[in-house]
Amino acid sequence: MAAALPPRTPRLGPVRWLRDNLFSSWTNAILTVVSLLIIYWAVSGIWEWGIAGGMWTAENRRECLDANPDGACWAGVVVWFNTILYGSYPDAEQWRIDLGFIVLALWMAPIWLPRVKGKTLIGLSTVAFYPFLAGYLFAGGEKGLFMQAMVSAAIVCFLYNSAHALIGVFAGGRTLAAVLLQTAGLHAAPEKTQRNALLAFLAASFLAVFLLQTGWTAAEVSWTKWGGLFLTLVISGIGITFALPGGIILALGRRSKLPIIRVVCVGFIEIFRSVPLITILFMATTMFPLFLPEGFVLNKLVQVIVAVCLFSACYMAEIVRGGLQAIPKGQIEAAQAVGLGYWKAMGLIVMPQALKFMIPNIVGNLIGLLKDTTLVSIIGLFDLLNILQAVSRDVPWRGLHKEPLFLGATIFFVLCYAMSRYSRHLERTLGGGQQR
Amino acid sequence: MNDAHEGMEPVAGRVDSAASSEIAIRMTGMNKWFDDFHVLRDIDLQVRQGERIVICGPSGSGKSTLIRCINRLEEHQQGDITVNGVTLDNNLKHIDQVRSEVGMVFQSFNLFPHLTVLQNCTLALIWVRKMAKTDAEEIAMRYLERVRIPEQADKYPGQLSGGQQQRVAIARALAMSPKIMLFDEPTSALDPEMIKEVLDVMVDLAESGMTMLVVSHEMGFARQVADRIIFMDEGQIVEENEPEEFFHNPQSDRTKLFLSQILSH
Repeated sequence: MAAALPPRTPRLGPVRWLRDNLFSSWTNAILTVVSLLIIYWAVSGIWEWGIAGGMWTAENRRECLDANPDGACWAGVVVWFNTILYGSYPDAEQWRIDLGFIVLALWMAPIWLPRVKGKTLIGLSTVAFYPFLAGYLFAGGEKGLFMQAMVSAAIVCFLYNSAHALIGVFAGGRTLAAVLLQTAGLHAAPEKTQRNALLAFLAASFLAVFLLQTGWTAAEVSWTKWGGLFLTLVISGIGITFALPGGIILALGRRSKLPIIRVVCVGFIEIFRSVPLITILFMATTMFPLFLPEGFVLNKLVQVIVAVCLFSACYMAEIVRGGLQAIPKGQIEAAQAVGLGYWKAMGLIVMPQALKFMIPNIVGNLIGLLKDTTLVSIIGLFDLLNILQAVSRDVPWRGLHKEPLFLGATIFFVLCYAMSRYSRHLERTLGGGQQR
Repeated sequence: MNDAHEGMEPVAGRVDSAASSEIAIRMTGMNKWFDDFHVLRDIDLQVRQGERIVICGPSGSGKSTLIRCINRLEEHQQGDITVNGVTLDNNLKHIDQVRSEVGMVFQSFNLFPHLTVLQNCTLALIWVRKMAKTDAEEIAMRYLERVRIPEQADKYPGQLSGGQQQRVAIARALAMSPKIMLFDEPTSALDPEMIKEVLDVMVDLAESGMTMLVVSHEMGFARQVADRIIFMDEGQIVEENEPEEFFHNPQSDRTKLFLSQILSH
């Protein structure tokens, strides 16, 4: 039986639309006109300054000012652009950063592709192995046996994921494993043989990649040369990746029945939450080394990253706790009654529901984290903000503030807006199944 | 796969105590407090296998707490509870063992709202029994058919009526092929016209020989299927008897008062 459809809203003509929406009363008409004027004033100002009066090539700031004192001097930003993106990372090695980010994008892409199976595994493999690959690509240097093994594992993982995703998309949701087994003629073999064959195949490819890599080393690039957008993305990326799992563990610890775990978690959360991030950063870089033995030099970047991770995890813990409290007790009881243990009940029943409630808060927090990483400029790391300010200290471009900061604002806006849109999308897809 | 109650002949009549005298649940001298409040006092109860027991009593009398102690959703502080030979203590293995043999249906259904009806029923089979997804789905569908709701398998609980949700909850519990089923006021949260569809399913279950403990005020149901009715007040078992005796010849004044209140309309 066809359900009765609601009457269709008639499409309005543009004049009618204007009258209904913008000029429906005298006050609205005045508000509309005033708003239009403000928009015109703002846009034309930016246009006059940035586009019409902007200078894209110049030797130095004086040249710009002589040509048009009221126009933007983009030339300085253009000259500095490479540094803004990569810091003082050597030009010849910058492809490694590009490669690192491209690999990350390709590795994660299958998660958003329809018809690809095993998405959880893809996500987990990214978190487990990508950091080693990226870490080695970015830092380079002599790799020990462990690093070589982890990098090999990451490469094998990446190649398998990509092949798996391509097969999934073009061969209608089949898996790499199925294709491999068919090629080997084992698709009818018992389950155990199949699993062993796949494991053998994995081990063989791991060994091949491991041996191939033996001769190859990337030149070492000290972390002191890292900077710009690259450094900002590294710090905030690690912080964002760590924040949620760290927060979940702390939140569960806070609800634990074991007093020691609970007290430790509560203390940890409260201490880190009641101190500003900048203080934590200062403590990590200035006070902490005082307690270390003489001659033991810690990597400042690592200290900063650890501080950011702990700080964000503590904030996340409180968000997660709020989400957990929103789940009725009956859900856990029902999970226990069918025999699920604590971790399974949490992972399968409570967390999926709680995370859905928490998405807006989580993403808001992560956006805050991304912007907070600019604080590392105060303790002397050349992150995006610090590099942008460095432009104005460069002799030929002395006093050039507005243009680089405009670029910085645009970059941050693009990153944060993208995160915010993605969170909206997540809320919709996750909420789709369960209308109440 | 375990089809404990699939192959069994439906047992229409009451359980003959001599024929199946094996004890499913034994509680001796059981006491429980919520902080200072003494919820359960010196409970002694034996439930034979295949026995159907209805527990009634005024609200706050401890009847829900009593059956929630059986699968350790509540912890008792004194006395012993033995379920199918396993004594409940702080050993997690024992608790898991008991929970795998005891299914439970709640007043507020407690279905998992983020999973479909089918997933609700297969979840524990897959994650606790480590069953393959297709096998688990086959079993789940069989029980969804048994509670007469297979066509709703792909919907989410929020899209179903209360009666349908409760039947899914029963199927979810049955899918784990429990030996004992606990019902905690299964019809109290339902609109009157939905109560019957749930009770019908429960009567079916009772006729298949399942050991059942039902906390309920559905006296018609009690009369129809119960082997024994237990009346509780203030944390104590005040009276227990066969339905006929219980309704027509109540012993204590408290029971008489309760029955007169509940049957007066």
